[in-house]
Amino acid sequence: MNPANYVLLSAVLFSIGAVGVLVRRNAIVVFMSVELMLNAANLAFVAFARMNGNLDGQTVAFFVMVVAAAEVVVGLAIIVTIFRTRRSASIDEPNLLKY
Amino acid sequence: MTEFTPPEINYYAIAPILIMFGAAIVSVLVEAFVPRRGRRPTQLVLVIGSIVAALAVTIDLRGTRLVTGAGAVAVDGPTLLLWAALLVISLLGALLMAERTIDPVGDSFAPRASALPGSDDEQQFARRGYLQTEVWPFLLFAITGMLVFVAANDLLIMFVALEVMSLPLYLLAGMARRRRLLSQEAALKYFILGAFSSAFFLYGAALLYGYSGSVGFVAISDALTAKPSEGTLVALGVALVIVGLLFKVSAVPFHQWTPDVYQGAPTSVTALMAATVKIAAFGALLRVLYVAVGGLRWDWTPMLWIIAALTMLVGSIVAISQTDVKRMLAYSSVAQAGFILIGVIAATPEGLASSLFYLIAYGFTTIGTFAVVSLVRNASGEATSMAAWAGLGRKSPLTAAVFSLFLLSLAGIPLTSGFVGKFAVFTAAIASGGTWLVIIGVVASIIAAFFYVRLIVLMYFAKPTEDTASVAIPSAFTTIALTTAAVLTIALGVFPQWLLDVLEQAGVFIR
Repeated sequence: MNPANYVLLSAVLFSIGAVGVLVRRNAIVVFMSVELMLNAANLAFVAFARMNGNLDGQTVAFFVMVVAAAEVVVGLAIIVTIFRTRRSASIDEPNLLKY
Repeated sequence: MTEFTPPEINYYAIAPILIMFGAAIVSVLVEAFVPRRGRRPTQLVLVIGSIVAALAVTIDLRGTRLVTGAGAVAVDGPTLLLWAALLVISLLGALLMAERTIDPVGDSFAPRASALPGSDDEQQFARRGYLQTEVWPFLLFAITGMLVFVAANDLLIMFVALEVMSLPLYLLAGMARRRRLLSQEAALKYFILGAFSSAFFLYGAALLYGYSGSVGFVAISDALTAKPSEGTLVALGVALVIVGLLFKVSAVPFHQWTPDVYQGAPTSVTALMAATVKIAAFGALLRVLYVAVGGLRWDWTPMLWIIAALTMLVGSIVAISQTDVKRMLAYSSVAQAGFILIGVIAATPEGLASSLFYLIAYGFTTIGTFAVVSLVRNASGEATSMAAWAGLGRKSPLTAAVFSLFLLSLAGIPLTSGFVGKFAVFTAAIASGGTWLVIIGVVASIIAAFFYVRLIVLMYFAKPTEDTASVAIPSAFTTIALTTAAVLTIALGVFPQWLLDVLEQAGVFIR
């Protein structure tokens, strides 16, 4: 199968993730959308690695997985703290800071 | 099966990074093994000692110009200069974070960030005088990330450094002792938007890798000259990478997080973050634009031109309507990002030198500004509402005078570092044909001068009321940081030549 199709798929996944961040209201779902964007980038890296015929892209994918895991730790910590304080994981409700 | 050859690494050239990273790991161990009472002094010695050691090595490295670690890390004049600036400013930021006499209840961080705001647990922790010493490992990791960020010579290292820098800062933003709901909200917003922007950066990096077959800046630059035809892939990749970095420098329209985070985060963290993240992100942006995609200059200049103009105007105009000092300073930092972008767009050695000068001047002035904000207090903590600043000049003349100095420097009044910085970027921009942008910049400076001067007028020409805040007497920590910032703000304004000479010797980015 033509690896270029995987790049297209990754672009579709990235767009779904980006739209998800913008329209969803639950912090956890927003966060999952960000992870979808990172993994779309991973897919693109691996597909391009195949097209370019070198291993750089696959190596990058490993690093990105580790970074994404670290991001999950920090992100969930922040979201859980907010949830415990406000009893809600909505990202619309924390609105004390504005204008 | 080909033989694996490990890359050559010049360990001494990256020693400042290694020192900070090692200190960060030791700092985590200190949290685990040192008894509670001894943690704060141990951490302070570790933080200050490691920053000073890294700074000494950086100074010893002057004149170094090499690429190491299989092309991943570039140690050249601009890198060393940015390292020195980041380390000195982080040291001042660390001193501000160590302050605990201006607030009678303790330092500026929550006794336990995990305790519910207003709960019995929280009160108990506060009564026992617990301190959240985990802020120190966070600080050290953030500094490590910044040092790598400005030295990164490929997109992978740059991405990892971006995250190592940002993740601790997201957490630090959420750990304020007072107004914890605001602080947590700031952390959430900073995190979501920061993660969103790094995803953009990463996808852009993937596209550039697809185009050039490598994530190294030099390889990308070579590919651009070798096969300039594949337009869409490159244009999209470059745009996404730049968007990811522009989020970090808070350029319009990617500035939405800035006011919220600057206002909600503990003021000592805001001071550190406002100064160092801007320096690190601009350092990385400059390297990407000048080294990796310098060949596409005519494609990214128009995009950045519009962003710079918008950033200056939106930042300055929205700042006028602010009633909170921290929030006003946040919008002012947005406007300042626009002025620095003028120098970036020039894309000449002078443009690079002037942007670096502006960044260094801005860094010291900003950390001083927020240091003063942390001193002005009333019974409920920091008094950031502008009404509380009315008549401060009569109540505490010295503090008001120092704050006015910083504001005048941000406004770009002669004999302060801000003026020299603005003058340098405007000159560099005119020399490379950016006259219209400079005209917009001058208009924006005039608008910006209005709200800086308005605050000075408020401090000196309004009568103190019973709402007027009082100024806390700081310990040596804040005093040293504030004095250094003030002295450098004047020194760089009156004798800018030595730094300009250093910048000239630093030269351009290594390829």
